[in-house]
Amino acid sequence: MKLTDEEQAMLAGDLGEPKRWAIDHQIKVGGMFDATDLVPVSQAHMMADPESVGDAGVSFMENLADKGAQVAIPMITDPRGVDLNYYRPLGQTEEMADIDRRTIAACERMGILMTNTCVNYQTIMPPVLGDHVAYGDTGVVIYSNSICGARSNFEGGPSALAAGLTGRTPRYGLHLDVNRRATRRFVLQDQPKELTDWGVLGAVAGKMAGSYWEVPVIEGLESVPTSDEAKHLGAAMASYGSTPLFHLAGITPEAQSLADVGGDKLVAEDITKADLDALRSNFGRKGDKIDVVVFAAPQLSIVEMQQVAGLVDGKSFKTPILVCTSPQVYADATRMKIVERIEATGAKVLEGTCYYNQYAREIGEANGWTRLLSNSAKIVNILGGYGYEPALASMKDCVASAVVGEIV
Amino acid sequence: MTTLKCHKGIGPKVTGEALVADDNFSARYDLDRLKGIFSRPQHKLAGQSYKGKILVLNTSKGGVASAWMLYEMKSRGIAPKAILFNNANTILAQGAALADMTMCDRFEDGDVTTFIQSGQTVEVDPDAGTVTIIG
Repeated sequence: MKLTDEEQAMLAGDLGEPKRWAIDHQIKVGGMFDATDLVPVSQAHMMADPESVGDAGVSFMENLADKGAQVAIPMITDPRGVDLNYYRPLGQTEEMADIDRRTIAACERMGILMTNTCVNYQTIMPPVLGDHVAYGDTGVVIYSNSICGARSNFEGGPSALAAGLTGRTPRYGLHLDVNRRATRRFVLQDQPKELTDWGVLGAVAGKMAGSYWEVPVIEGLESVPTSDEAKHLGAAMASYGSTPLFHLAGITPEAQSLADVGGDKLVAEDITKADLDALRSNFGRKGDKIDVVVFAAPQLSIVEMQQVAGLVDGKSFKTPILVCTSPQVYADATRMKIVERIEATGAKVLEGTCYYNQYAREIGEANGWTRLLSNSAKIVNILGGYGYEPALASMKDCVASAVVGEIV
Repeated sequence: MTTLKCHKGIGPKVTGEALVADDNFSARYDLDRLKGIFSRPQHKLAGQSYKGKILVLNTSKGGVASAWMLYEMKSRGIAPKAILFNNANTILAQGAALADMTMCDRFEDGDVTTFIQSGQTVEVDPDAGTVTIIG
């Protein structure tokens, strides 16, 4: 790999042990993916939830902080595993909270901004067209690549941290033009109407694409998605397909025409109403009992928070409702009395977490929750692997179902 | 002895016993990481221990969280010695780099899960991009 003088100095340890570790890590990863050099990045975003980090990962970060590690670029974080103001009622333990406290302390010492969000592209500093970044969280990466036209691979926690410390990342995958051309061409035959429909479309497209190295271009949309709709579309596609990038012909910035991304040379494959219905049929039926309703994955925007408040106002619920949002949105929603309206009904708003990466298995076991209902196509996919029987419905139907304790 | 050629990989040169399946790998959903066994009932290696083994599998799945997990597993001494894939994803490769765990993929002659059998002793040299079946 070709290194600049500054990068050579990092590798030699002249700029301290943390940077030496970081660039060595990047050279190893870059070598496996044939990167020829490193590309400067403007931001890094790290997933470091306590469940995956564990004691070993926290100790690793504490050790870097002890050696004086400081991030070289703005670096932010994905949701935490514990809402430190509300974890015992969920059955989360002191040990879980301690790993999170230690992670927060170590990150803050390194200059990392504890944004605790997977919707940073709606709330913090959305990247712009051509912006090279090192983002974690598959939902963040796919939105930033596809809707913003930024350039990021899926960066796992350690690699995002390395990028934060060096201000660079190995130039492979989505940083290269050649990997951003469309490889599959899907023609939509049934228009999405509300958020969950966009998630279901993402799930179907992700399943059909099915690999990190496939790039779907979708034609046939009759309207431009809102940011929340695009968020559900991308999060589900990344979850079902490991897909890091899609194009919407005539809509997203790199595909002003189908030909811009080479889609005109690909065989057109239809996505029909039957394909979308088939995906939905895996997740619950009318009349099924439910144990918990969760709005999360991704965290809710202020607009979604207002929508939830409007739906729950004046109702009481047989089934518990949990709502996950970012600390920034939480503060706004508190100021605007949206949190108060939601919680007046007995529903609970969690700050800075996202249900599936906050020890979902242990929370489920502690509360006897298996039948989980959500409007997120992403979360119902993930939680099947965690001992749940997840079901999918629109936001409105999730709320109505919580009133009666079964899917309406 | 047969030597298979693969893409340059990550981690040290190692020798060990192979555990092979035509199946995929998710550190988060397929494993009981405390016991060191494959725990997802649908997995072809369900119930088998991966501790100290050289895993030979098709591809890696799952989200960004897996990148921390190989390191966490290795810190407790209950981890595979190496993992060979037909195709690794970026996250598992990053995880191997942090854990200093040997990982190789993209075999020139085709599907690696058909070339190696469970119980065989193999030597993995990631820098050279070779896997040698010793016996």
